[in-house]
Amino acid sequence: MKSIGLVIPQVARFDQLFRFKSGAALDGFELMYETYGTLNEARSNAVLVCHALNASHHVAGRYSDDPKSAGWWDNMVGPGKPIDTNRFFVVGVNNIGGCHGSTGPASINPKTAKPYGSAFPIVTVDDWVHAQALLAEYLGIGRWAAVMGGSLGGMQALQWTIDFPERARHALVIAAAPRLSAQNIAFNEVARQAITTDPDFHGGDFYAHGVVPTRGLRLARMLGHITYLSDDAMMEKFGRALRSGALGFHFDVEFEIESYLRHQADKFAEVFDANTYLRITKALDYFDPALPYEGNLSEAFSHAQANYLIVSFTSDWRFSPARSKEIVQALTDNRLNVSYVEVDAPHGHDAFLMDNRHYHGCVAAYMDNVAAEVSA
Amino acid sequence: MTRADYTAIARWVPQQARVLDLGCGDGELLKFLRNERNASGYGIEIAPDNILASVRNGVNVIQKDLETGLSGFGANSFDCVILSQTLQAMHHTELMMKEMLRVGREAIVTFPNFGYWRHRLQILLGHMPVSSDLPYQWFNTPNIHLCTLTDFEGLCKTLHVHILERLVLEDGRAIDALPNLRGSLAIYRIKAA
Repeated sequence: MKSIGLVIPQVARFDQLFRFKSGAALDGFELMYETYGTLNEARSNAVLVCHALNASHHVAGRYSDDPKSAGWWDNMVGPGKPIDTNRFFVVGVNNIGGCHGSTGPASINPKTAKPYGSAFPIVTVDDWVHAQALLAEYLGIGRWAAVMGGSLGGMQALQWTIDFPERARHALVIAAAPRLSAQNIAFNEVARQAITTDPDFHGGDFYAHGVVPTRGLRLARMLGHITYLSDDAMMEKFGRALRSGALGFHFDVEFEIESYLRHQADKFAEVFDANTYLRITKALDYFDPALPYEGNLSEAFSHAQANYLIVSFTSDWRFSPARSKEIVQALTDNRLNVSYVEVDAPHGHDAFLMDNRHYHGCVAAYMDNVAAEVSA
Repeated sequence: MTRADYTAIARWVPQQARVLDLGCGDGELLKFLRNERNASGYGIEIAPDNILASVRNGVNVIQKDLETGLSGFGANSFDCVILSQTLQAMHHTELMMKEMLRVGREAIVTFPNFGYWRHRLQILLGHMPVSSDLPYQWFNTPNIHLCTLTDFEGLCKTLHVHILERLVLEDGRAIDALPNLRGSLAIYRIKAA
């Protein structure tokens, strides 16, 4: 199917105090974003796409200087695609604290003329949503037709409907969870330890030393990547295949899966900021909309008004279907409109990024009705 | 299901009712009840194609295996629970009856009447019945708990379930005399005792 084609990222500057949930604040900040499609006259057809751990504002299309730069959700967003840019005005944004152009730990702190590094605040899903709300105002969007995301992106969509009930008609929450399990947090902690114990980390202020904690980032990415795939998918793709065809009796790359993980790790460590990785995993750990309600998730949605599409994938063991069902339960407890689809897919957590006829068909059908509702 | 079946069911669904449709299929009935009765609620479905069709119809559909019960829903959380042409395909028939009447103030149950004369005739002629209400061959039917009107009413008695109303149809037309023989589709409105 056709892609949206060439896209150009833009920057929105906010010269105002931004107070984080932690209490820390920035005097001002920038958000890098992209838009696809056209905002209609009623400004009713805007869709916000929230990114997960390692993605960015670059949701769809590609950049003129790089034919391989397809957006991370290019199969979902574009002309004639489930989120049809012929009808919807789609916004992708790099979250505050990120490392793809929005103000984050690697940005220059105007007060010191040096990168924020360790001084950059801990960010939370609430902080991201509040920054996204400022972007919505900047773009003149009073109410999103839909806010959507997969994984951590889905958590932001949920948070939108809790924090700004009147500003999101629909939320599409895909492969998400209402809060992390102890196992989820454990994986994040190992990833963080890999980074913070790298001698090149320098307590987060590695920029001044002209180094990057590459080893830590690589390990964090390898670990994360394993949790994104199912055992079956990994076996199917790599099996026990050996690169050279025979056992070599050494510790260098032998199995294809080792080669794949190392390649993914190298690619990631080249582009991703270690401080951002630490903060995003922390935002995941902290996400718990039920916390102010003594753990009662249903209470958390007691003021919500949005309509929801919740999607999970059978082979996702990171955020399993059972976790999505917890969300569905909380929504039906509040008599909110919700549809829940459990997609039979073998790929694990990453299935939310893959082509799947049923999954994309359900999102497309849902968005068809959203389009009719907002006259898109 | 035909329009006549929908209309018959809709008559028993109050305006603005909260409805739970168990085995909601393509969501057409829920859509019909939304348009005709301003009803809201959820459909439960397990088949992917039906879930897609329900989403397309703009109704709330929740993917779930009914055989696991309705533990996600509180007591009396719906005005009306509908089990349309599904009872005969369920393994845990008694559990389903109890669960329906726990989460719903009332329930509407429809099922093909195995005692319909055409079905009886086919058995007399030496075959398993096949009709518009039982459109399967013996080897591919999902129906494992077929019953007659008399059988269903016996179960209701055993489970202390009140039958509030009964409508028996043949090709969408109401049948009054000899319903267990002449009716092909039974529709009951029931509640817990």
